[in-house]
Amino acid sequence: MSPAFLNFIEIVLNGLMAGIMYSLVALGFVLIFKASGIFNFAQGVMALFAALTLVGLQTGQVPFSHLINAIFGTELHHWGSGLHTVLAILFTMALMILLAWVIERVVLKHLVNQEPIILFMATIGLAYFLEGFGDLMWGSDVKVLDVGLPSGGSLWWEDVTRTWVTEGSEYWGMYIDRLDVAATSVAVILVVGLSAFSQYTATGRALRAVADDHQAAMSVGISLRTIWVIVWSIAGFVALVAGIMWGSKSGVQFSLSLIALKALPVLILGGFTSIPGAIVGGLIIGVGEKLAEAYVGPLVGGAIENWFAYMLALAFLLVRPQGLFGDRIIERI
Amino acid sequence: MFYREAGDFKTSYAADQQTFPIKSERWLFWAFIAIAFLVVPFFINDYWNKAVLMPLLIYAMAALGLNILTGYCGQVSLGTGGFMAVGAYACYKLMTAFPGMDMFSVVILSGFITAGVGLLFGIPSLRIKGFYLAVATLAAQFFLVWMFNKFAWFYNYSASGQITAPERTVFGIAVTGPSTTPWATYLFALTFVFVFGWVARNLTRGRLGRSWMAIRDMDIAAEIIGVSPLRAKLSAFGVSSFYIGMAGAMFFANYLGAIEVTEAFGIEKSFLVLFMVIIGGLGSILGSFLGAVFLVLLPVLLKNIMVGYLGWATDLAAHVQIMLIGGLIVFFLIAEPHGLAQLWRVTKEKLRLWPFPY
Repeated sequence: MSPAFLNFIEIVLNGLMAGIMYSLVALGFVLIFKASGIFNFAQGVMALFAALTLVGLQTGQVPFSHLINAIFGTELHHWGSGLHTVLAILFTMALMILLAWVIERVVLKHLVNQEPIILFMATIGLAYFLEGFGDLMWGSDVKVLDVGLPSGGSLWWEDVTRTWVTEGSEYWGMYIDRLDVAATSVAVILVVGLSAFSQYTATGRALRAVADDHQAAMSVGISLRTIWVIVWSIAGFVALVAGIMWGSKSGVQFSLSLIALKALPVLILGGFTSIPGAIVGGLIIGVGEKLAEAYVGPLVGGAIENWFAYMLALAFLLVRPQGLFGDRIIERI
Repeated sequence: MFYREAGDFKTSYAADQQTFPIKSERWLFWAFIAIAFLVVPFFINDYWNKAVLMPLLIYAMAALGLNILTGYCGQVSLGTGGFMAVGAYACYKLMTAFPGMDMFSVVILSGFITAGVGLLFGIPSLRIKGFYLAVATLAAQFFLVWMFNKFAWFYNYSASGQITAPERTVFGIAVTGPSTTPWATYLFALTFVFVFGWVARNLTRGRLGRSWMAIRDMDIAAEIIGVSPLRAKLSAFGVSSFYIGMAGAMFFANYLGAIEVTEAFGIEKSFLVLFMVIIGGLGSILGSFLGAVFLVLLPVLLKNIMVGYLGWATDLAAHVQIMLIGGLIVFFLIAEPHGLAQLWRVTKEKLRLWPFPY
């Protein structure tokens, strides 16, 4: 194979894996949108918050230490030792469930039957709140998250691919980040797990019932509010996974919350209501973005990754306004 | 108590259509305007101008624009920051290309240029709706900011990538550049906000405004009774961008003087203006102003309390501030989803009857 073709394969592979990372975030959106019709802008910040908490627990930071120090003039910063990774993850998960419960209690309960735009704004408010809260709790410096995932390029894969090239041409093998591979496997497990959960458990069936029709679900005795807490908890879990992956990749910092913005074009491409849509949309955006950066970027001066996904999604929407797998929009008067 | 009136005594359509139907309220309004124009300029100092009044006026302008699009026509837009950037860069290019032009025409022309760009990005709204459209407008936001960063022509090939406003005058008085006086920039912005606030009020209750509202309430029904969605939606995008463009131009030229596009017109700007519109009240001119007042004053107030009074570190104060703003937004949405304007309306109704509610 010629080096140019191998390069193309490398770009596509990396794009696919970047796409999976986007899908991880988009998944949380879809879950909540399906169950409650809420477009949860806070999903990215939830990922940030989960990652911050995880790091804080792992390294044994004292929560709110800055605030306490400012008020009481103390010099707190760390407990004696941190928690084991598994324990820290469990505690973080418990906190995300608590968060889901509080959100339902304090915010959503009062906003039932409001217009979608109001609910959307409420989640933006929530995003701001969580962002400030997370920073206040754990400090806003960039943190390193290490939960024992592999990282760095895969040498084995480089060696394998080096032999594929036609004799006599220069080629140094493909670069694939092992972290991306790990993230991909985790995402696959997550999606399979979620599908199995919603397909084969009673709670899962209740979730699907609520997604189908709120009124009908309530009339057969499904508690809408419990379901919402469950859905937000699951979204919190997905956020935790996404937070771990993105956090290990690029450090835990404020920009982590901006991955929510990356997930939006994925969503409109795949459709707001479809889990497979989130995955396929993520893959398309990931590959499209990397290909565009590699082949179109040099023509217009680079750095087009920021907006290319949106343009792609926009062009796509003009053809299919409800996204790839979204429910058909039916309007009546 | 404050509003003494007994019954409806309107004898003409003009009286029925008045913006301020109650006499005392009308007087209050004109007194307020008179104070803003005639008293404030004599007492204004640099701190009040830069920290409170200028951002207030400019954001009120931007909020008016977004309210026309989102509140009146129902098209959610997250591209406000991008359109403000168009206004700012159009203003900069006009100022440097035509040094003799006075500032009034520059700002208005920047508005028209932004309106053109807004029309272009409004085209997808004919096909997509709701959240899909909101996300689509993000394309405008990111693309425009990227464009102004990437092509050096827009910032006249300056080494820093910043744009800096040269000195321009109105009636011989400097309103941009380093040698401005606070009262001049204040009066300049106030004039714009007053005139175009008046225009917006009359646009929204006229034929055009009614067609917007019809589209907002139910687009298919509106189409059936003969409102052209194409004309209504695109005109909303155009008018809205016109306002936002002027706000961007003033933000750059009169308020900050020098800006860098990613910093000044990022996605946060879009959210900030959207917050103003929602907190103030969707579909209300007064609401745009109230929202701007609230979200400009609140951070200043919080900062003064936490940094000035309690003596906390600024980063800590910033965290508490962002948390409080988020919390307040949620609180307001729960307490009054229709915003401060509705709160004011309810209060007014109560005051009319007080202290004899029956």
